[in-house]
Amino acid sequence: MRHITVFLTCLLCQFAHAEVEATSVDFHSQTLTIALTQEPPQLNSAKATDQVSGLVLGHLMQGLVRYDRRGNVIPGVAERWEMTETTATFWLRKDAKWSDGKPVTAHDFVFAWQRVADPKTASQYAFILSPIKNAAEINEGKLPVTELGVLALDDRTLQVTLARPTAYFVKLTVFNTFYPIRQDFFESRGDQYAADAKDLLYNGPFKMTEWTHSASLKMIKNEHYWDRENISLNAINVDYITADTRARLNLYTDGKIAFTRLDGETYKDALSQRFRIRRFTTGSTFYLEYNHRPGKPTANLNLRKAIQYIFDPDEMVNRVLATPGNLRGESLFPVWLNGVNDKFRREYPAPQAGYNVKEAKRYLELAVNEIGPIPPLVLLVSDSPTATKQGEYMQGVLLNKLGIELKIDVQTFKQRLAKMTSGEFDIVGAGWGPDFDDILTFGDLLASWNMNNRGRYNNPEYDRLVRLTMNSTDPKTRMDAMGKAQQILFDDAVVLPQYEQGVIYLLHPKIKGVARRVIGPDPDFTYAKIVP
Amino acid sequence: MLAYTLKRLIAGVITVWFIATATFIAMHQVPGDPLMNDKAVSAEIRANLEAKYGLDKPVTEQYFIFLGNMLTGDFGISFTQQNRKVNDIIRDHFPVSATLGLLAIFFAATGGVLWGALTAVYRNRLPDIIIMFLVILGISVPSFVFAALGQLFLVNLNSLAGQSIIPVAGWGTFSHMLMPSMVLGLGTMALLTRLMRSSMLEIVNEDYIKTARAKGLSPTRIFFRHQLRNAILPVITVLGPQIAAITTGGFVVELVFAIPGLGRYFVQAVQQLDYTVIMGTTVFYGAFLVLMVIIVDILYGFIDPRVRLS
Repeated sequence: MRHITVFLTCLLCQFAHAEVEATSVDFHSQTLTIALTQEPPQLNSAKATDQVSGLVLGHLMQGLVRYDRRGNVIPGVAERWEMTETTATFWLRKDAKWSDGKPVTAHDFVFAWQRVADPKTASQYAFILSPIKNAAEINEGKLPVTELGVLALDDRTLQVTLARPTAYFVKLTVFNTFYPIRQDFFESRGDQYAADAKDLLYNGPFKMTEWTHSASLKMIKNEHYWDRENISLNAINVDYITADTRARLNLYTDGKIAFTRLDGETYKDALSQRFRIRRFTTGSTFYLEYNHRPGKPTANLNLRKAIQYIFDPDEMVNRVLATPGNLRGESLFPVWLNGVNDKFRREYPAPQAGYNVKEAKRYLELAVNEIGPIPPLVLLVSDSPTATKQGEYMQGVLLNKLGIELKIDVQTFKQRLAKMTSGEFDIVGAGWGPDFDDILTFGDLLASWNMNNRGRYNNPEYDRLVRLTMNSTDPKTRMDAMGKAQQILFDDAVVLPQYEQGVIYLLHPKIKGVARRVIGPDPDFTYAKIVP
Repeated sequence: MLAYTLKRLIAGVITVWFIATATFIAMHQVPGDPLMNDKAVSAEIRANLEAKYGLDKPVTEQYFIFLGNMLTGDFGISFTQQNRKVNDIIRDHFPVSATLGLLAIFFAATGGVLWGALTAVYRNRLPDIIIMFLVILGISVPSFVFAALGQLFLVNLNSLAGQSIIPVAGWGTFSHMLMPSMVLGLGTMALLTRLMRSSMLEIVNEDYIKTARAKGLSPTRIFFRHQLRNAILPVITVLGPQIAAITTGGFVVELVFAIPGLGRYFVQAVQQLDYTVIMGTTVFYGAFLVLMVIIVDILYGFIDPRVRLS
């Protein structure tokens, strides 16, 4: 009886005794098995908006250019290109093919981009086309789609007419919204396009052969892919789809999946099992956004300054978030953004308030003189455990140091978005991830015309700097402008940067060459291989 | 009997209509916007999306359109998976939940009847106390705890064995179903055990048991022929709704064991305000529940003639 009890106790205790042989990586067949956190909601590249769809599409499709393992832009379907102030011309390679063997032509890009701009498609990413001539007008229904400034000069030459000089246009075309779509195939599928594995045509390194919704999908090497010699993996199997991080850790421990992201809870378990924990900075910035609408207490500059001086980013990163990989929030612009010759943040260091209670109290006094006693402020946060924890931390800081009461309003995703849009908050916990590899992906966020500027910050000088950056191709002019914008963000305490997001994850040691990316599909297994 | 069945069916249809209407009203009262996403969109795109999903019309008109479509069995297209029909979602994922649920019900029913009878026989003795303690645990501990423990058990079992004996998660073979169905059936098993116990105890004091004992039947024969058979009636009553509840999926169990069932859609649709999926799954689940209740009612009439008379 005692032996049985001991045996049963062992079965429930944390420490694994022997290693289960991993089936998640197979050297001989070069097969990799992973899990996804959710079913890809949309594999139509013209409409996809979420990360999971982006991850899957990134392995199945290829745009004009692509990223190498280190994140540099290298030729994709286009073998070379040429930029002027008003045009961008791409010459497509001869051997780029769809998974049915037919060549990828310039017409496929024209068709795809017209679909994105077409208001009938209702693509949420239509705005990303805005550097192309007439894109915005077409999307507003003022011009027909045929007026889009993109032209197939012949099967292998694509000419783009720009709406304004766009320094980063080539980098933009890495993004999934710019992937090609072949007209005849698209039309043959109608509403069903991208609904199943057979309803999609592939031009990337892999093609999807099976897709059981919410259960599994299988991607195998595309034999028509032009650069197939450099692809080692024969298959990527997604055998599990679950949002439960603990379940995924269990699958990893059991050798069933080769990659999983950890959170604050599973981090400790992974540590106790002595797994090698890797970290990666996602490139997203998290910050508190103030409501600048007139009449709101947070529209007062001195109140915002008071909170700025009382916030300690080190404490946020080390004590509140308390998982490795997060960086101090010092600026809206994350550290990875490129400047003129070096990283932007090295060339234009972000001004810091530093933790200073005295200064904070001085600002608070000024604020009280201007708007009277500070009423309780509403902090709107999402319903994730981390967001709530951060909210409670801010609540404590504001109450103890400044005597300001903070009410936390926890809302589910859609409800939070609705309240953000209608302005029912004083402060909201927000985050922003980059869409393309240029500082503008963060810079224009607080421009007065940007719909994602939920706090309705409105500063003509800031707008002028953003416009300057949009319309100039000179790196120095652009970065100087964004440097000034960064200073305004600090002086005006427009938002309160909290941290740059880091993630921790487990990756089977037999896999090499997995790229983690700030922009584009992440993680990217395209160049991965399994070693014996 | 025919009139009785017909009456129940008509009442059932009215119930489903009521469920659909109440859900429709409640859903539109929930704050938030089903079309809103991370990226803000222009007014034009928004108008196009509204037109696509018919949200540009007044709510009453939307309701009648929905009713009309429901009668033809069409629930529209999902908001979150924009190229999948709600009907396809139900068709693809309900069989998974149903398979898992039926297995869970099998575990729950056999376990519940067995343990319940056992506790009644050993009333107030050690087996009774132990089982009833476990029953209280089964009822009060939420299923996500059992799901997590069950999965951890499998991880460590495989690790002790050095190979995968039972899969930790996933779907496909019978061994995939074992642990999740047991976890899923646990609550029902506990419920049925209690029900069975009290119903057994009631019957022990009935006159016909005394008669059986007096005429010298063996205790085994009394137990199987007279006690068990009569005590099982209330169990069958609750089994109907329980089958409906379990076969439409356990959200937590499906999440933890990565099972592509309908339960996940049912819950996530509400979180994401996926109007069409909310309506589709609720009406489907509601109709299924009503149907199970009717079937039980009719079965009851066969088993116990007294029901038919009233």
